[in-house]
Amino acid sequence: MLELRDIVKIYNPGTITEMCLFQGFNLTVADGDFLSIVGSNGSGKTSLLNIICGSIPVEGGQVLINGEDITKMKEYRRYGRIGRVYQNPAMGSCPNLTLLENLSLADNKGRPFGLKKGINKARREYYREQLAALGLGLEDKLEVKMGALSGGQRQAAALIMATLTPIDFLILDEHTAALDPKTAETIMELTDKVIREKKLTAIMVTHNLRYAVEYGNRLIMMDKGQIVLEKAGAEKEATTVADVLHIFNEISIECGN
Amino acid sequence: MGSFFDLVVGTVTQGLIYALLSLGVYITYRILDFPDLTVDGSFPLGAAVAAVLLTRGVSPYLTLIVAMAVGALAGLVTGVIHVKLGVRDLLAGIITMTGLFSINLQIAGSNLAVDRATDTIFTAAPTMALFGAMPLIYRKLVVSLILAVVFKLILDAYFSTQSGLLLRAVGDNSTLVTTLAKDKGSVKILGLVISNTLVALSGAVVCHEQRAFNSTMGTGQVVFGLATVIIGTTLFKNLGFVKGTTAVIIGSILYKACIQVAISLGLPANLLKLITAVLFLIILVLGNRRKSGVNANA
Repeated sequence: MLELRDIVKIYNPGTITEMCLFQGFNLTVADGDFLSIVGSNGSGKTSLLNIICGSIPVEGGQVLINGEDITKMKEYRRYGRIGRVYQNPAMGSCPNLTLLENLSLADNKGRPFGLKKGINKARREYYREQLAALGLGLEDKLEVKMGALSGGQRQAAALIMATLTPIDFLILDEHTAALDPKTAETIMELTDKVIREKKLTAIMVTHNLRYAVEYGNRLIMMDKGQIVLEKAGAEKEATTVADVLHIFNEISIECGN
Repeated sequence: MGSFFDLVVGTVTQGLIYALLSLGVYITYRILDFPDLTVDGSFPLGAAVAAVLLTRGVSPYLTLIVAMAVGALAGLVTGVIHVKLGVRDLLAGIITMTGLFSINLQIAGSNLAVDRATDTIFTAAPTMALFGAMPLIYRKLVVSLILAVVFKLILDAYFSTQSGLLLRAVGDNSTLVTTLAKDKGSVKILGLVISNTLVALSGAVVCHEQRAFNSTMGTGQVVFGLATVIIGTTLFKNLGFVKGTTAVIIGSILYKACIQVAISLGLPANLLKLITAVLFLIILVLGNRRKSGVNANA
């Protein structure tokens, strides 16, 4: 379980450009939840993910995973139990390493990186199986440098890499936003499949209202650092894109967009 | 014709000895994407340590090991300044390099000559037992070749380990290393340590070869290292089967050959650094392809 308690986040504190984003923000994500977060630019979605992962500090409040306070824990240590897929497909892998080398790195997460062989040949078949399940033909590209693959292929590989080792949370940071509509659809379906198969707890930020409505069991909409809409369970099942869009537009009109 | 042949052998030997430095720069510049100026200080550091130990009668082979250890320390200092104190990569190297200039003089006292009676790795008994039948000039070539090849092979083996893979990853996309729950700073420091170990070794071997330490012998070594790395990797970029480490060694030999040709054509020694700078600029422009990773270095 992930808990954010009374989070305070101020950008540029003490300067003329000081901006208070979160003032006592609270959010609880239960195990097995698949939470979608929508909201306009600047509403605090990405800041929220960065606070969970420790990429940015907070000015107040606590971040807890399974009751353990990780507010002061360094970013890289938090990733021991968190997997993250970024908006930019290039962020999830090393372009000058081969797909096999990238997978081997991801497979060794949580263990020491010592002087053993970097590539475990015995795992090759397992990687091929995992990639074949994607249906993108990646299983025959293990020796290809990651940079030579398409954005969709790289994002699919990034998704596999992020979930190759056991993790508590999967963080999806607008991970379909940089892809063409068809590829985005494929990646979204894959994401849902991976989350179900591996029984992951996931938090997805998206600008695609349809994905937010169709996938996951919880939906929140954020505006100016606050949750303005929350739907879960059966209530979420009954929610349509039109409902969400309606509220989205109302907020936008208030803001003058 | 004999003297021309000797000149070629001598140039290749120089290229092989300096190839150790190039291998070090290859790690920082190509793999870590970190332009490390520590080299101008850690290269003479290796030479200073070797010179002092040689004149005190320490085993020539041991002097190389001590020089490497001290070079590792220099890399560690730059790494800590950059990673832990948050100083930019170029500046961190400049700080260490500047400090080392004084430290090198402290170690050696002043410019230091190693007299003819003192054994170096090229004349010590174990080397003589193996290659004693050869004239000194060939012995130098063979010993340098062995050193360059051995360290190239060690590096190649290291790059294929888990730790080596992580090192390559940090220069390519440091964000990924963070999401692998590894501290990217520590990986960078490790890379700087390995790099400067090789650079100091190169300096130590040069000291053995020239039988001298000179406080200014580090000047321009970064430029030399960068130039050889760029020559090597650019020349062989379309030949996938040539490893980066091999390409860099060949780059080093080619560079030394270019300089030798310039000198043979009657170029005044005073203009050497100017020619080096111009040559480096030409190489940089021609091979303009600073590697296209996800860059998060500053």
